[in-house]
Amino acid sequence: MQPTAEQRRWMYRHMVLSRYLEERIEALYMEGKTPVFNMAKGPIPGEMHLSNGQEPCAVGVCAHLTADDIVTATHRPHHIAVAKGVDLDAMVAEIFGKATGLAGGRGGHMHLFDGAVNFSCSGIIGEGLGPAVGAALSRQMQGKPGVAVAFIGEGAANQGAFHEALNLAAVWQLPVVFVIEDNAWGISVAKQASTAVPRNATRADAYGMPGHHVADNDVEGVYAAAGEAIARAREGLGPSLIEIETVRLAGHFMGDGEDYRPEGEKAGLTDPLPRYRAALLAAGVLDEAGDAALVAEAHERVEAAIRFAQQSDFLPPEAALETVFV
Amino acid sequence: MTTATKSASRKLTTARAMAEATAQEMRIDPRVFVMGEDVGPLGGVFGNTRGLFDEFGAERVRDTPISETAFIGAAVGAASDGMRPIVELMFVDFFGVCMDAIYNLMAKNTYFSGGKVPVPMVLMTSTGGGYSDAGQHSQCLYGTFAHLPGMKVVVPSNAFDAKGLMTAAIRDDNPVVFMYHKALQGMGWLGTEKGATVAVPEEAYTVEIGKAAVTREGQDLTLVSLGAGVHHCLRAAQALEEEGFSAEVIDLRSLVPLDRDTVRESVAKTGRLIVVDEDYHSYGVSGEIIASVAEHPGCRLRAAPKRVAYPDIPIPFAPTMEQWALPNADKIVAAFHQMLTDN
Ligand SMILES: Cc1ncc(C[n+]2csc(CCOP(=O)(O)OP(=O)(O)O)c2C)c(N)n1
Ligand SMILES: [Mg+2]
Repeated sequence: MQPTAEQRRWMYRHMVLSRYLEERIEALYMEGKTPVFNMAKGPIPGEMHLSNGQEPCAVGVCAHLTADDIVTATHRPHHIAVAKGVDLDAMVAEIFGKATGLAGGRGGHMHLFDGAVNFSCSGIIGEGLGPAVGAALSRQMQGKPGVAVAFIGEGAANQGAFHEALNLAAVWQLPVVFVIEDNAWGISVAKQASTAVPRNATRADAYGMPGHHVADNDVEGVYAAAGEAIARAREGLGPSLIEIETVRLAGHFMGDGEDYRPEGEKAGLTDPLPRYRAALLAAGVLDEAGDAALVAEAHERVEAAIRFAQQSDFLPPEAALETVFV
Repeated sequence: MTTATKSASRKLTTARAMAEATAQEMRIDPRVFVMGEDVGPLGGVFGNTRGLFDEFGAERVRDTPISETAFIGAAVGAASDGMRPIVELMFVDFFGVCMDAIYNLMAKNTYFSGGKVPVPMVLMTSTGGGYSDAGQHSQCLYGTFAHLPGMKVVVPSNAFDAKGLMTAAIRDDNPVVFMYHKALQGMGWLGTEKGATVAVPEEAYTVEIGKAAVTREGQDLTLVSLGAGVHHCLRAAQALEEEGFSAEVIDLRSLVPLDRDTVRESVAKTGRLIVVDEDYHSYGVSGEIIASVAEHPGCRLRAAPKRVAYPDIPIPFAPTMEQWALPNADKIVAAFHQMLTDN
């Protein structure tokens, strides 16, 4: 399955958007945190898990989805949220904890919920798997179209919820796709030290569903595998598992010294963004002027979202008591 | 039980104190080993296993997959088979994925075997917020764990107690949940409660599990708390002293067993009680302490007891909301003033 020129530019544009958003968040996050790094300080306090390098997973899958399809993401959610079309202003405002944020600042960066595009994420490893299965069940029971996609890290494939969710989805032949972003690390623990099989895609066999392996963080490889899996789900043929070899270009979270990464390992990683840009330029899908315009427009979109967040107020503190129930 | 004095001059962070206690027990007892996420070369996200991997190696300091049900269940099995595992649940908030292993296995197997199959293990877990880590990384859940019979629960407020309680926990033949508050760890990136980094003796010693400490003596008011809350109480007591009131501060140190006698004795003296807890307001430690005082036939109170606890809401991310919801010294002082006007 080949993406059209338009789809290629869409994927590239969302990679640019996501990366620039992360770069800006990174800079803003560090405000107030130097020279002493204290997580509680600055305009964006708390943990911050950046997605730099993992953009191919998000865009290659979301290129096949509409707002009506469901996505559950992880503690590292920004690239997926951007590709799923989460309201960027409200998302960034939520990351800043502002009143105009998706939840008025109650959730923060690990808890982004945008019902308008059926996106959610969670800070507990493997927690999005059950809800994706349930959303797919709901569509099946209601006779409504739509697929659900659960994104997880490779570390989450060792959580009980992974195995239970895959089995359940397969037993009930639900329209759900499980996507593993294999960045080779779960915090400081290397995948080979935590995972009994070299490839998580082979675990699909245990649950009677197709397992795809996408090597080398390849945008169009993800696009092809996701296209097949999502088409299968839409046809009512049941779930699939996709494992994508990707890269974590940032630390596990901001402030991570990453001393545990072997010497030279990180330097050997390829940044997928310039690589895809070069591929599109070589293919004639993009020219220099078009690229410059696309990048400028994406940057301005991110800057506008950041301005919106910065100019927004916090809710009054007592608003903490609201929305526990509806 | 040996008891060390606080005379040693060397100060340690709580994280280092926990690691030191663990290392000392590992040196003398080959059955002791450590399992958990990132406890190996990284030394624990909160520093409490730092140095152990270098000294004891991968056999006894084991990084696990993100499989809490499996490795906590495994610790139960190993404990009942002659080992003395120490396992870590990185944040207490993650208990949801593995609570069955904790409360149906770890906490009950001793009883189910009529005491014949003990479960000597330690479950370490971090608690607390205040640094905008939001609703799945900031909870205390003291009441949740203390509510369930069959496991001891300790919550140190400083490095001295942390070392002594850790040693006691490892030597205990029962499962002990060791809940350490992140703000007390002495990890700069979390912000640090300075009062938690105190003098710690180099030799091994124990702090008795089930014995509260009277951290500050007073006549007019009893403040009861645990973990980080103790430091709020000490600051409040200082502020009240400047107003001419003397507050006694009790550091529970252990929730199971709970030292009700020390609390009752203090309240019998002061007649006033405020419980401070960063855990949720309802159905928790604060209610239990007040009930323990109120139900006692000797109870004579000069004012209705109060609690300064976390509101019954998930923990919000925005710092404005989170800081507003957290207990602090000002709230304790205000609660005391309210107590005086209520009367
Ligand atoms: C149930 C649970 N256990 C542990 C954690 C702590 N934790 C947060 S991220 C993480 C590593 C996740 O690795 P992976 O799934 O590969 O995702 P990545 O961070 O690499 O994107 C861990 C252990 C958690 N959030 N939830
Ligand atoms: Mg990973």
